[in-house]
Order: sequence, then structure tokens, then C-alpha cells
Amino acid sequence: MNTRGLRSQLKDSVPVTGMGQQVGAYGVQDTLRSGFSSVKNELLPSHALELSEKNFQLNQDKMNFSNLRNIQGLHAPLKLQMEYRAARQIQRLPFLQSSHLALDTLKGNDESISFEDILNDPSQSEMVGEPHVMMEYKLGLM
Amino acid sequence: RKMATLSVCQPQLGGFSFENCKRNAVLEAEVTKLGCNVPSARKTGTTICGVVFKDGIVLGADTRATEGMIVADKNCSKIHYISPNIYCCGAGTAADTEMTTQIISSNLELHSLSTSRLPRVATANRMLKQMLFRYQGHIGAALVLGGVDCNGPHLYSIYPHGSTDKLPYVTMGSGSLAAMAVFEDRYKQDMEEEDAKRLVRDAIAAGIFNDLGSGSNIDLCVITKGRVDYLRPHDMANKKGVRTGNYKYKQGTTGVLTKSVIKLDLEVVEETVQTMDTS
Repeated sequence: MNTRGLRSQLKDSVPVTGMGQQVGAYGVQDTLRSGFSSVKNELLPSHALELSEKNFQLNQDKMNFSNLRNIQGLHAPLKLQMEYRAARQIQRLPFLQSSHLALDTLKGNDESISFEDILNDPSQSEMVGEPHVMMEYKLGLM
Repeated sequence: RKMATLSVCQPQLGGFSFENCKRNAVLEAEVTKLGCNVPSARKTGTTICGVVFKDGIVLGADTRATEGMIVADKNCSKIHYISPNIYCCGAGTAADTEMTTQIISSNLELHSLSTSRLPRVATANRMLKQMLFRYQGHIGAALVLGGVDCNGPHLYSIYPHGSTDKLPYVTMGSGSLAAMAVFEDRYKQDMEEEDAKRLVRDAIAAGIFNDLGSGSNIDLCVITKGRVDYLRPHDMANKKGVRTGNYKYKQGTTGVLTKSVIKLDLEVVEETVQTMDTS
């Protein structure tokens, strides 16, 4: 009996709110765009690391900014966040590959390699987003 | 963002994808119901060790990689390059140790280009422990990291969940207890290079002969200030034997009684020339 399989890990996991799917008009689940919903698929994370990996960059930034604020005062994270916001706007439309060069340089990602650069390269993904749908989503028209 | 969604609204991200985890759990349950086994990852089931001597570090490893109960690789290399002055032995899942050491090696190279200094062992240790802790032990890489930098020789052992120890002698892997027994008996501070090499060789040999998961040859890596000796293999402890008897018959053992030659007439029916497209 393989008690170390994924099944046993799933049984112990607690339903969390970070896994919500897309909500369409009137706050109801959007069947046309995200398919049929099922409680088992939506509420439980499929792997112990799924949530922590999804929010990893956000949590790192939060921690770094709060450290900076404690050390250097409020102006330091504010200035940095302003620069990040400006650099994040330098990109192409969502369905095209943008290099994020300015943002990477600011964050220091140009001097490090991690699994984000090796596995699942977005330029090689098999699914191509449809331009109109992606633009509607980005502009909030959906 | 599931594979079953009808439309992709946001650009894809790189890194690990957990899309197939639920499908894998269902498949695993189905397969165990039928009584078969899912294929397991290839482990290195290993003996690796390291020791600090007077001028530097000696790292040692065996060379067997196992896949369950079968030997997958009789002569695999477990001492990985991290930087010109830092090497790392890896135990645990073979792919995890390989990829982890390569990523850290690339990061250290970028870091040393940016600082224009020789990288330090403590930097590699910090990078490894932060990465392994981030993945909470799911990356099964147990490492022995050793090198010589501007502050002298350093030796670290790094566990899959991200804890590290800085010690004068360390062992890891399934044969670690056998190797540690040899170290505890004969380790002395400030040994000479030959003594240190002999000690590490004996420790790995203890692991090879007393642990089923370790075997084949002994690899050593001696790192001192300005010099690295990668001795692969240092000692072939398990050489395959040579057959002593030869059961082939000599030419002329069977006597020839008669000999007849029949000529076959072959005629040319068709001749075509196909030019190769070498453009």
C-alpha cells in the first residue's frame, strides 16, 4: 500500500481561498471561458507547493520592501515601487512575447537563473492565447 | 489556469507547473488497484563524504546509480562542478542533484562575473539552502559541498529540506553510517594530503562493501588553493572478472572431407543512378 502517494497528500490538504477561478458577470462562475466547475478541482490545491509557488515572488517582494522600510525609512520602498511600476509598463501587448528587460534589471533577475528560466519557457508553450480574448481580459472588458 | 480551460486569458509563466498533479494522483490510485507499480525516480543510493585537511578539501563518492532494486548506471559521476574552486557531491534523486548543482553553478558564475572575485563556498551554501528550503524538501538532493576560497578550506553538508552543517568531516547517502564509522575512528586535524586521500578512499570503500545502494568505483576530488585534482576513477574496487577458460575451438579442429563450389550466374537487370541533393 503506497501511503506516500499523492492521494494521501491530497486527503490532508485544507481547502484554501487562493485557488479561485474566474468570475464572470454578476459574480457567477464563467462557464464559457473557464469550463465547468467542480468543488474538488477548485478548492483543494493539487500539490503542497502550488500555492506557495504561485505567491512566491509577491511574498519575497513584500518581505524585502518591509525590510527596506524598517532600515531606510518609508521613502526607499516607495521609490523602488514607483520604478517597478514604470518598468512594468514597458511591454508589448499580452499575446506577444515581451522581454521585460527593464523590470528584470531592476529586480536583479538578469544576474540569476532559476527554474522559471529553464522549465516551461513561455515562448515554447503549446497553447497560444487568442489575441482578442487576451486584450479584452487585460482591458477589463470581459 | 487549467489545461481544460477553453480560453487562455493571461500570458503563461515559466517554472514548475502543477497542472497534472490531480491527474497523476488518480492514475496512481488506478494503477495500485490493478496491482502494478508506478515507475520510480532514479536515485543515487550513495556514499559520499568529504574531509578538511591541512591545505584543502578531499571529496569522495562511489559511482553506482540505482532504480529501485536494479543498478541503473555502473559508473556515474557524483562529484559535480560548481566553480573552479568549489565542487559538490550529490546523493538522493539523481536528476535533482544534477539540475540543482547546474543551476547553482550558473548562478555562481554570474555572481562572480558581477563581483569580479572568485566565488566563496559560503555563497554557494547560502544559495543552495535557500533554494532547497523554498521547495520544502520536494527536491530530493542531499549534498556535500566543499571548496577553497580566500578564507581557506570549507566543507558543508546540505540536506534536502534546506538545513546545512559546517563541519571538518561529513558523510551523506545510504552508506553514510559506514563511511562515518571510518571517519570517527581515524580522523585527525591537519592531516597531510596522502593521509586524507587514503582516509576518504577507505570511508567510501566501507560504504561500497557494506551498503547495497553503493558500489563500483571510488572517485576522489582534491581541492587546494589554485589546484584541483579530479581523480576519476581513483580506485576500481569492483572490477569485473576476466574469464579464465576459452571454449572456442582452434582452426582446423574439424577435418574437411569434401569441398564443392557452385557458381551462381547473376545478370544485371536494371541500372539506375540517383543523384543526392547536396544543396
